Amino acid sequence: MATRAPDRPAAAPPGRPVRARRGLRRHLVHQLDTRASPYAYVAPFFLLFSAFGLFPLAYTAWVSLHEWTLLEDEHAFVGLENFRTLLADDYFWNAAFNTLSIGVLSTVPQLLLAIWLAHLLNRPLRAQTFLRITLLLPNVTSVVAVVVIFSQLFGRDFGMINWMLSWFGVGGVAWNEGVASSHAAISVMIMWRWTGYNALIFLAAMQAVPRELYEAATLDGASGLTQLRRITIPMIKPTIVFVVITSTIGAMQVLAEPLLFGSYMVTGGVDRQYQTLSLLIYENFTRLDFGYASAISWMMFLFIILVAGVNYLLTRRAKGGLT
Amino acid sequence: MTAQPMSPASPTSPAPGPPKAPAATGTGRRRFDGARRLTYLTLLAVAFFSALPLYYSVVVASRDNAALADVPPPLVPGGNFFANVARVFDTVPFALALANSVIVAGSIALAVMFFSTLAGFAFAKLRFRGRNALLLLTVATMMVPTQLGIIPLYMLMVKLEWTGTLYALIVPALVNAFGVFFMTQYLSRALPTELLEAGRVDGCTTWGLFWHVVLPVARPAAAVLGMLTFMSAWNDYFWPLVVLTPENPTVQVALSTLAAGYVNDYVLGLAGTALGTLPLVIVFGLLGKQIIGGIMQGAVKG
Repeated sequence: MATRAPDRPAAAPPGRPVRARRGLRRHLVHQLDTRASPYAYVAPFFLLFSAFGLFPLAYTAWVSLHEWTLLEDEHAFVGLENFRTLLADDYFWNAAFNTLSIGVLSTVPQLLLAIWLAHLLNRPLRAQTFLRITLLLPNVTSVVAVVVIFSQLFGRDFGMINWMLSWFGVGGVAWNEGVASSHAAISVMIMWRWTGYNALIFLAAMQAVPRELYEAATLDGASGLTQLRRITIPMIKPTIVFVVITSTIGAMQVLAEPLLFGSYMVTGGVDRQYQTLSLLIYENFTRLDFGYASAISWMMFLFIILVAGVNYLLTRRAKGGLT
Repeated sequence: MTAQPMSPASPTSPAPGPPKAPAATGTGRRRFDGARRLTYLTLLAVAFFSALPLYYSVVVASRDNAALADVPPPLVPGGNFFANVARVFDTVPFALALANSVIVAGSIALAVMFFSTLAGFAFAKLRFRGRNALLLLTVATMMVPTQLGIIPLYMLMVKLEWTGTLYALIVPALVNAFGVFFMTQYLSRALPTELLEAGRVDGCTTWGLFWHVVLPVARPAAAVLGMLTFMSAWNDYFWPLVVLTPENPTVQVALSTLAAGYVNDYVLGLAGTALGTLPLVIVFGLLGKQIIGGIMQGAVKG
């Protein structure tokens, strides 16, 4: 409607029928334009996501019901056979345990630290930009670089971390040999890469908390820690819930760290000490056993929904009123 | 695939800059100074540990393997960096990897900027049936662990005969939910509706509005989105590893080949790492303020 040029009514009478028809066509084109373009503009995302995100995920379920390798053209339908094998597979349960262990070790301290750092940054400070940039530096570093660097730092003989530990009388820890030590090392890598990022997300949410709340609390004599617990955390709860969920989903899918920490061993250590579920999928993928790998993927999907759901409920119900 | 977390929160003022230091009250000043010093010390310690591994990787990369056995370990860079870099180029096709990564990350960044601005414009300023539901759906897709579909995705690439080619990396990444959401957020705030109405009165089609009115307004946010996308595409590892071959790698794939094939040659591995990481770190150091502003704005839902 709004396209009508202001001078239109002044058109000369002889040309009227032609003009009217042209006007009608323009009107239709305009209608089509305003009605259809929004859909056309948002379509690329939905098309792309359907083709390369959703379809593969759904197709995984179909593949998991078959004896499916890339080498053969025939794929025998085996029903739930892959899942039956899976539930009896020690490697699967081992990987599930490792995933959960690394997930907890990396996520819990990371998020607590991130909230605390955000709390420290959420006040007038000099060199804010400098501090924020250094905090985010690890996140700009690629996973591969992180693991290469930390594998050196965690080296048994010449690693810097063992060198520092030797000051306290702790000798030559072989970080990648034990279950606990390898999980700790991998968790440190994940934490190093993501703590600063999450701190900035929390900081963004904290800056949206009305200043007056803090001012009132300060007048009432509440300490910094009390303000963090009583004001900040309840106020940024939606962000906390969201970060917990996304971190959980991310942690359940950890792959590059264990793969590279074991210098590219798809088993995640000689005794599978740190093989995660993703890595187990990748192992079966490299063996071209797509049916079995898909079954693991689908189990992992359920696993993620379960863990994320539990975390969601826990975070939602965690104490901290005010709302 | 890196998930780009964003999170809902209550509305914020558009300027996320740090609040200016309030005038300390006379009585409170001395007490706060002690606490403040502790804050600075803690934050500086964290900054130190954030930077230390990167610094140390440069130290190792500029030495030779023999120096690693020294006690205490070397703490300042040596003079071997360029010799080690030359070794990296001899060992893996690193020049090709750099070129591939620039092509992949560059085209993904441009495409994401374009398609996200387009969709963000529609979500933020156009009226259409199902808009809110579609926007919600877009945000929800960020939670879908698409990495789990990687096997059928690979099979799809085999069908398309894209395995081993850069298409396999670029095409699936042309637009993503984070970008759409990010631009929607920005445009709903920064694009005045009057400007669009004025454009309509002047006879602009919707496309004309996008081209002449929206794009100029969107430029600052799109630039930030472009940088974020470039960085995450540059750092993407798992999918390139699956779908590419060591003969035609990206930087990350080449680095992992280097790290896996020469396990005890730390100097070689870290020289490659420095080479593949430092350009990004330097750019980030220069443009970090804008990038961080972008991340923090993307984090807050208005």
